[in-house]
Amino acid sequence: MTGADVILEMRDIVKEFPGVKALDGVSLTVRRGEIHAICGENGAGKSTLMKVLSGVHPHGTYSGEIVYEGRTAEFHNIRASEHAGIVIIHQELALIPELSIAENIFLGNEVRGRLGIDWIEAHRLAREVMARVGLTDDDPDTPVKTIGVGKQQLVEIAKAISKNVQLLILDEPTAALNEQDSAQLLDLIRQFRDQGITCIMISHKLNEIAAVADSISIIRDGHSVETIDVQPGVPVDEDRIIRGMVGRELTSRFPDHESHPGEVLLEVRDWTVRHPVVQERLVCDRSSFFIRRGEIVGFAGLMGAGRTELARSLFGRSYGIWESGTMALDGRPIAPKSVAAAIDAGMAYVTEDRKTLGLNLLDTIRTTIVSADLKRIAPGGVIDLNSEFEAAEKYRKELRIKTPTVNEGVVKLSGGNQQKVVVGKWLFTEPELLILDEPTRGIDVGAKYEMYGIIGALADAGKGVMVISSELPELLGICDRIYTVRKGQITGVVDAGATTQEELMRLMTTTATSTAA
Amino acid sequence: MEHLKKLFGGNLRQFGMLITLVVMVGLFQILTRGRVWTPTNLMNLLNGNSYILVLAIGMVLVIIAGHIDLSVGSVAAFVGIVVAIAMRDWGVPWWAGILLGIVLGAVIGAWQGFWMAYVGIPGFIVTLAGYLFFRGANQFVGKSNTVPVPEAFQVIGAGYLPEWGPDTGMNNSTLLVGVLAVVALAVFQIRGRAKLVRVGAEVPPMWATITRIVLLSLVIVFVTIMYASGRPGTSFPISGLILVALVFLYSFFSQKTPIGRHIYAVGGNRHAAELSGVNSKTVYFLVMVNMSTLAALAGMMFVARSTASGPFDGVGWELDAIAAVFIGGAAVSGGVGTVVGSMVGGLVMAVLNNGLDLMGAGADWKQMIKGLVLLLAVAVDVWNKQQGRPSITGLLLRRRAAQQMVSDIAEPTEETPPVEDVTQKV
Repeated sequence: MTGADVILEMRDIVKEFPGVKALDGVSLTVRRGEIHAICGENGAGKSTLMKVLSGVHPHGTYSGEIVYEGRTAEFHNIRASEHAGIVIIHQELALIPELSIAENIFLGNEVRGRLGIDWIEAHRLAREVMARVGLTDDDPDTPVKTIGVGKQQLVEIAKAISKNVQLLILDEPTAALNEQDSAQLLDLIRQFRDQGITCIMISHKLNEIAAVADSISIIRDGHSVETIDVQPGVPVDEDRIIRGMVGRELTSRFPDHESHPGEVLLEVRDWTVRHPVVQERLVCDRSSFFIRRGEIVGFAGLMGAGRTELARSLFGRSYGIWESGTMALDGRPIAPKSVAAAIDAGMAYVTEDRKTLGLNLLDTIRTTIVSADLKRIAPGGVIDLNSEFEAAEKYRKELRIKTPTVNEGVVKLSGGNQQKVVVGKWLFTEPELLILDEPTRGIDVGAKYEMYGIIGALADAGKGVMVISSELPELLGICDRIYTVRKGQITGVVDAGATTQEELMRLMTTTATSTAA
Repeated sequence: MEHLKKLFGGNLRQFGMLITLVVMVGLFQILTRGRVWTPTNLMNLLNGNSYILVLAIGMVLVIIAGHIDLSVGSVAAFVGIVVAIAMRDWGVPWWAGILLGIVLGAVIGAWQGFWMAYVGIPGFIVTLAGYLFFRGANQFVGKSNTVPVPEAFQVIGAGYLPEWGPDTGMNNSTLLVGVLAVVALAVFQIRGRAKLVRVGAEVPPMWATITRIVLLSLVIVFVTIMYASGRPGTSFPISGLILVALVFLYSFFSQKTPIGRHIYAVGGNRHAAELSGVNSKTVYFLVMVNMSTLAALAGMMFVARSTASGPFDGVGWELDAIAAVFIGGAAVSGGVGTVVGSMVGGLVMAVLNNGLDLMGAGADWKQMIKGLVLLLAVAVDVWNKQQGRPSITGLLLRRRAAQQMVSDIAEPTEETPPVEDVTQKV
């Protein structure tokens, strides 16, 4: 590798936070015009490394050297790194929902006219960069909140391009996107490479990395593990990446589990729900399905298909306006009209959005675990702190939540451990039916494996488990049966052992209703 | 330092405020040549501030739930005038007057809670409306006049405990209260510890528990003797007793009952709370009912102390109560705060007021200094949080804890929310 090819070199970066060494001598070499993927478990230090690079952690707060475009770079803030052509797009999009696409693109980088902002020029430039990212159908005046997540991601990239980006850093760019939008985004990244823009991409999705990356750097526990150069035409060894990330052999991505389905636990018939605002829209349209005890049932669908809406409308009508339909638990008709009633009926719902809907980040593990069923530890209306402690300890041990004590704030836990706390909170309510909405979103490979183990154990304990996931391999790996959902309708049900991703995708994208299995 | 932590456990931030309070008392004691720490002044301090502290108890719950109540001063004034007129003109006995006031407060709270919880108008707006309305209502009902209240009623604001028993040279009632307090303290501490041991939780060492009991007992004894040794006929004030009882009641309520927990849950993350089966509307409603009820009580205590209800009672109280709550460590964005913390915050303001008064400072100086103290207290808090450490002691402790964590816990930074989120919690 010659020096001229290299756009960025980071040498022996060490970054410490009070008590924790987040990065311990990480080195990274990125060649000009390549797509460089960075892999690592949550907490491995990927994001910290990118924050060091982009000046979020200013020069002087870390040790080590950054050489960018042949010169030692000492960025003191994001502005300085952006000036040098390094733009980072964070996992959580930094767009202002109320502002238009054009306003967002030039936010903080306004097009100056003689008097204030030159909006005419701004619109022209906006159209130009929007065209480059494939946003040709949209008006620059459209408020960002009215376009989908996929397009919002493109607006972020357009914003980056408008800053004359040389090195584009994407942190989990497809985390919130469906398969179609993801594919589009990856195409776009390839186009940029061909135009000479270098890309660093952080991702958990190995198939995506395998599809686009030219080289792959693996980080584990703040150390560089290895950098793999991808040879054109030679498929990437995904197992090698996983080995590097977790530091051990993962014999299988899914634990062995054999279900023993029993009686029908949940039976839903003709469930129809209207959108809470756009009332003529049906988010659930005559959906009928059932879940047996001891069975893991998957729900597959593209983003916006109505899976979460279905789950939440069942869970005490916490979403949408119920129109018609019945549900029965253990053959007994129930109609919970509030979340509290649903919990009492034996239902539990683990949300897809852990941080905004699942946790109170100010709480400790201990108070979170009991929070959905305080009555049980409050005989006579007084919370017994000892019972609370015992309950928290029980689930800490059972779910193997990694923490020094249960008095730790949930905000300090990694994603996987936070998810375990949420699951613990629902197990504490002793539910019969668990609805898990994207149970492994944003958690790393090792934690996913553990989560699958927990799901299997729940089924073995005779509970019914409903799993909503956008990752088809995951559904195929852990479920017994899979329902497919499209535009609020259940379009099919298949035996997970006898189907393929292709068939699921076909069912998820067609209206033809197949017969129930 | 570490020993201090073991001694007092829990929250070092509140502890810091407590130290500030003690230092302030000491400072004023020196500056005023000993006029702060006298029985008479301490009684005045309690009598003259207990109604604000009662308001702060309600206010901290409102603020934890993520709202604010601007109407408390007006509500207090309105209830005060209605009760005064009821006792003077309608022949209502003093005890029924108090009852009437409490019920009226609850009804006003239900009215405000209805608009807030069930119509969905932000508390700021609802109570701004209440602030205007009830001030006007006070002046309408009282025709802008001052209405005196009977002597029996004045007990709740300016009364003292009775004298009885052998002549000890001090107030025996106060002594008895002090003794009971020490006994209760020891029993609770030891029983609490024994319970922790039983379930196998982490317990502070025995020496810490005993030292804590001894130290706190000394404080109680000291304060008791101070209050008992005033001029004959005086004692620990009744208003102070009401306050102490409420502090215990509400600390218990907020920490150890499901509805108390729900207030924190709704304030911390309303959506997550709702998806855990918490009815946030009920929580908002109850918090408002409670706030106005306490405002009614505070209004009556003030009227009792000043022997009459007037058209300008309660002006600016809401701001004093809110200041106490924020100095006491609550977060503007909700979810954080404690009753005891707010009491310490309220006392800091009270001592400041009192000390400056004794030094002969004018109202102009007092206002300016109080404003700066509020800003400073919250600024120190925000700064601490930005630095990611609750205090120097906290830092030391965390470093130790973190070393155990490093091996098995992921790097905290990736999963913790960005700094902006934290700084919103004042």
